[in-house]
Amino acid sequence: MPEIAAMVNHPPLKTALPAAEGCPALLVEGLSAGYPGARSAIRNISFAVQPGESVAVLGPNGAGKSTLFKAIVGLIPHTSGYISMYGEECAASHRLIGYVPQYEAIDWRFPVSVRDVVMMGRARQLGWLRWPGRRDWEAVDAELERVGMLAFRNRQIGQLSGGQRRRVFIARALAQQTSVLLLDEPFSGVDAAAGEEIMAVLESLHDQGVTIILATHDMSLAASRFDRLLLINQEVIAYGTSAEVFTTEALSRAYRGQIGIIRQGAETVVVVDEHGPAGGDNGEG
Amino acid sequence: MDLGFLLDPLQFAFMQRALLAVILIGLVSGVIGSFVVVRGMAFFGDAVAHGTLPGVAVAYIMGQTLFLGGLIAGVAVALGIGWLTREGRLKEDTAIGVVFAGMFALGIAIISTARSYSVDLAHILFGNVLGVSDTDLLIMAVCGAVVILTIVALYKEFLILSFDPTLARTLHLPDGTLRMLLLVLLAVTVVASLQTVGVALMVAMLVTPAATAQLLARRLHHMMMLAAVIGALSGVVGLYLSFYLNIASGPAIVLITTALFVAAFVGSRLLGHAEPA
Repeated sequence: MPEIAAMVNHPPLKTALPAAEGCPALLVEGLSAGYPGARSAIRNISFAVQPGESVAVLGPNGAGKSTLFKAIVGLIPHTSGYISMYGEECAASHRLIGYVPQYEAIDWRFPVSVRDVVMMGRARQLGWLRWPGRRDWEAVDAELERVGMLAFRNRQIGQLSGGQRRRVFIARALAQQTSVLLLDEPFSGVDAAAGEEIMAVLESLHDQGVTIILATHDMSLAASRFDRLLLINQEVIAYGTSAEVFTTEALSRAYRGQIGIIRQGAETVVVVDEHGPAGGDNGEG
Repeated sequence: MDLGFLLDPLQFAFMQRALLAVILIGLVSGVIGSFVVVRGMAFFGDAVAHGTLPGVAVAYIMGQTLFLGGLIAGVAVALGIGWLTREGRLKEDTAIGVVFAGMFALGIAIISTARSYSVDLAHILFGNVLGVSDTDLLIMAVCGAVVILTIVALYKEFLILSFDPTLARTLHLPDGTLRMLLLVLLAVTVVASLQTVGVALMVAMLVTPAATAQLLARRLHHMMMLAAVIGALSGVVGLYLSFYLNIASGPAIVLITTALFVAAFVGSRLLGHAEPA
């Protein structure tokens, strides 16, 4: 019956709902973006992420991880390809994606409280010409609770540490009532303890069924704490479990030979020698 | 207590109008000025103020209302800079520098053709709040209401645009339109305020009360309310100062805003050092 209804109600535009059966949470098909030939341009990228999965996106500096994310959320146009979330074309699906970029450009002296920042995520639910009411503030507090930042809700955003700011921006993405989170290097510029706190938040969200796609340089974290790995360098090199992705062949293709793999029994150590500017690793300090 | 000190100046109708004018302008420029400060648009605000000069000059020479001429020129400057800098074709401060100087020179060139050149120029550059007419007041009130109501209505969108333009785009807000609207609101405020402090000192009304408020407030809407109060208070105190000390009203108002800023800056530094790190 549903199939017949769908056929009768042509055209099949934006009719799919987030709960649509069998649709991946994120489907990327043949995506190309950025100036062709330029550093960090991506070409012909295809992969699918099922609802509730956690995927780590790996690749050397300039591999196009940020470009991929920006293309998915529509910050840069894609030259070819197709993106859908839960079977819905991405151009209209802002409410379905929570994007947490690297945020070098934020002015941390800006007069906003932690609650104000998270409320920004609810702008589209609020709609035009409306100020937030009690129910909206309660929803914001609930998201802050999920990332363990409720106690800081009245602080000015600049008074928080780097790791705490990241968690507030995760809460803001959740306030978009999203079930898919896209995080671009959330551990860059924060210390190991703060990184672990962020990871703990992400794992509890994963347990709640949130789909998580995260770009990182940390291979051991990616291998041990994520369901699947996506290794890219301009194009997809490998996609699958860590055993499927961490092969000598795939890694040396991604890192162009600047890599060594040492196997000792069950232990696998990957040594990456990344020359060039460490552009992806600058935090806000 | 002898209130004569406060009430005496008000027996003059021109002082009553001037008082209303500085209160109105102080309130509005504090609110829009908060966006100028948090978005780092001080130079832009200065450019819009100076860029109104050709429009004001033409209207002045033709005997038309200064407001309309200034508004057209101010909006043209705002949109012109916005257009030059879109997609990063020109750095914003470069575009502002070019447009600012060109328009200002054009304005002075036009005024120099008038016979009473120096007097006219002084009024336009430094304001003449004691010469505010009932019509001027009405224009200020309408402009002020339009600016404040628009900001209240679109507050959360303007906040997102100012704090995090990336979020504005991922939420699919019409960021280009909102940015242009903010520039137009700024131009309207500047033109409505020209008579109080003039072209040359307008930037102080936009920036200084808001900068003072930012030292004391943690949330943008608190900053706006505080800046509005500081702006209006500076206007009133400056006007009395001008009346009793016989100094020009525009500079008197601006000096009060500067004094309040210095007090808040020094005070917040002292308090900041007293707090544990």
